[in-house]
Amino acid sequence: MLKRKTGKIALGFVAAFTASAALATVAHARDLTVVSWGGAYQDAQKKAYFEPFKKTSGVAMNDESWDGGVGVLRAKVQGGAATWDLVQVESDELAVGCEEGLYEKLDYSKIGGEAAYIQPAVNPCGVGAILYDFVLGYDKDKLKDAPKGWADFFDTKKVPGKRGLRQGPKTTLEIALMADGVAPKDVYKVLATDEGVERAFKKLDTIKNDIVWWKAGAQPPQLLASGEVAMTSVYNGRIDSANKNEKKNFGIVWDGALFTLDSWVILKGSPNKDAAYKFLDFAGKADNQSKLSENIAYGTSNKDAAGKLQPAVLKDLPTAPDNIKNAIEINVAFWLENIDRLTERFNKWAAK
Amino acid sequence: MTAASLTGADSRTEVPLKRRLKRAERARQLKALALVVPLLLFLLFTFAGPIAGMLWRAVDDPEVRQVLPQTVAALASWDGKDLPDERAYAALAGDIQAARAAGTIAIAAKRLNYALNGFRTILTSTARNLKTMPEPGTAKEALGKINPAWRERATWTTIKDAGGPVTSFYLLGALDLVRNADGAIVAAPPDQAIYREVFARTFLISLGVTALCLILGFPVAYLLATLPPGRSNLLMIFVLLPFWTSLLVRTCAWIVLLQSKGVVNDSLHWLGIIDEPLRLIYNRFGVCVAMTHVLLPFMILPLYSSMKAISPAYMRAAASLGAPPLTAFLRIYLPQTLPGIGAGCLLVFILALGYYITPALVGGAADQMISYFIALYTTETANWGLASALGAVLLLATILLALVYGKLVQGQQVTGGMKN
Repeated sequence: MLKRKTGKIALGFVAAFTASAALATVAHARDLTVVSWGGAYQDAQKKAYFEPFKKTSGVAMNDESWDGGVGVLRAKVQGGAATWDLVQVESDELAVGCEEGLYEKLDYSKIGGEAAYIQPAVNPCGVGAILYDFVLGYDKDKLKDAPKGWADFFDTKKVPGKRGLRQGPKTTLEIALMADGVAPKDVYKVLATDEGVERAFKKLDTIKNDIVWWKAGAQPPQLLASGEVAMTSVYNGRIDSANKNEKKNFGIVWDGALFTLDSWVILKGSPNKDAAYKFLDFAGKADNQSKLSENIAYGTSNKDAAGKLQPAVLKDLPTAPDNIKNAIEINVAFWLENIDRLTERFNKWAAK
Repeated sequence: MTAASLTGADSRTEVPLKRRLKRAERARQLKALALVVPLLLFLLFTFAGPIAGMLWRAVDDPEVRQVLPQTVAALASWDGKDLPDERAYAALAGDIQAARAAGTIAIAAKRLNYALNGFRTILTSTARNLKTMPEPGTAKEALGKINPAWRERATWTTIKDAGGPVTSFYLLGALDLVRNADGAIVAAPPDQAIYREVFARTFLISLGVTALCLILGFPVAYLLATLPPGRSNLLMIFVLLPFWTSLLVRTCAWIVLLQSKGVVNDSLHWLGIIDEPLRLIYNRFGVCVAMTHVLLPFMILPLYSSMKAISPAYMRAAASLGAPPLTAFLRIYLPQTLPGIGAGCLLVFILALGYYITPALVGGAADQMISYFIALYTTETANWGLASALGAVLLLATILLALVYGKLVQGQQVTGGMKN
């Protein structure tokens, strides 16, 4: 469900540059507009949040979807005609947008207080909505022996076949280091050194010709289904929905998973702030959040939400104790500092 | 007859005819202009304006000037040789305090981090640790204690360079160049110099796709132009059908065909031609195949229209004068199709330059074209300066090509009155 990043194309580009030249349209009263990632995820949100919220609160709201990219939000806010109020953003969009002043500072007292949420979900500019993982995914029907972790991912002798990885340095370098024997908790310490970066690329060199690079979240399950790759890095929710909706038999290795959060933000200058807070309060309640996890395999941000779930549902969630044991959070601060440099470095390496 | 001799004949007015004629002319011109004003305004707002905005962003450098104004002012008189004096340190301490209160530190940190990796940490940690304004005269010492980077000349030259209001930083970056601490333009470090290579790749793929389209499209266009109407219409539908199909659908169809367990590999395997699946996708081959397929109609249609206008009598005349078929084709037919070839090639080439979806979906990591990077910096990392600079370089290259094409076409001595 998450991030079909290929869809944004020139659209974002055009939007970004026309916004700077566009005539600011007159702001007028409109319904609360909530923007999320579309697909199966937004369907689950409709069921758990949007429809019940409309019924119980009587607030008029509509929902739209987007493809991500802080540039899009920057264009919206700076263009002075933002048509969105609440947007669900990824962690790096949260951090960059917060720095640039694109979001309203959140008043947690209106949404149940900071103590109601797990620690990584609390941010001055946004509140966590879901927690999800990049995991190692494989097809149980095709691999007789289940891979144990990222080390097997890089072992083409043991498991022949191609591997799918997300194009770009983010997640790829962390995975390479874990495969090279770095403990998950030390990954960013090692990656912060030049030797660590060298080490990661050297590890990637060993399977360079066997990698298929994916760009959109929808791709890895397709790569697995078509047999193009034997294993791939993938969003855990995608594996779950392929198993449920398309009767696939995909497996997940939770060891060494990389987790991250998506958060709700209120765009700066939103005319519907009160309604937005009402919605956030509703979507932050444990009862409502547990309904979301029943519909799609993502962990949620309220501390008590997991406790309200059936064990059968919980075991497939990133927030299940066994699954999060050896997982690390993708380090936003590290990537903010290094993304441009390492993207250039990655592309240099890819073109060699 | 002169205008002057007419003026006396007209008793109703004192205005000379010449002036009245001018007036009438002007009114006509104004009417004509009024008709195209909406279009001009539309183009101005949707095309010229945004492009000018984009070009401006490639040189605009407001962040540091906005967040650290006193520091930029203090560094204006600094010669850049040794470390700046106490005044600059005090100005920086003041700016950091003010920016921290306003929450704008990160905006400058982001911009400075482009030029010097690690600057984000230097600035944010300094802001965190600089609890109070240092005593007068001790700012240099205090800042150096918080972060040793403030004792480095490079840290300060980076701030001075980024002081705006305009910068060559992004445009140089788009060409793999940087200014060193002494202000001289030098090549970027090798592990970060990728854009020249990406531009070259973009042009090479576009050129290859254009050549493939021409080779494949020419015979098809010839058939279309020479078959009897019934059959040529059927063929035309075959050409136009993919043209009307969504680009995404066509690209995904190629994925289904070319993947390692796809239709092509399975058929070859079944026929016993190959044992191992061939790698036909997620590489340069796949990009060229898919892009050629998508862009083929843009080549066929201009070719067809230029061929349609060539009278078959020319070829018959050449044959009756004793030219062998090949000579007749090369000397009579081909020159008349040159405008169509030129138009088709230019169209395909310029469209290919900006291609994004197809290479993104069927290319490997080493086949991404410049559009991928422009999109990446525009939406994901929000580095609009670099995105604009890359766009500006691409725009310039495209305009140059169009000019060269114009010169070439003008220089053509096309025969048979086909010059257009």
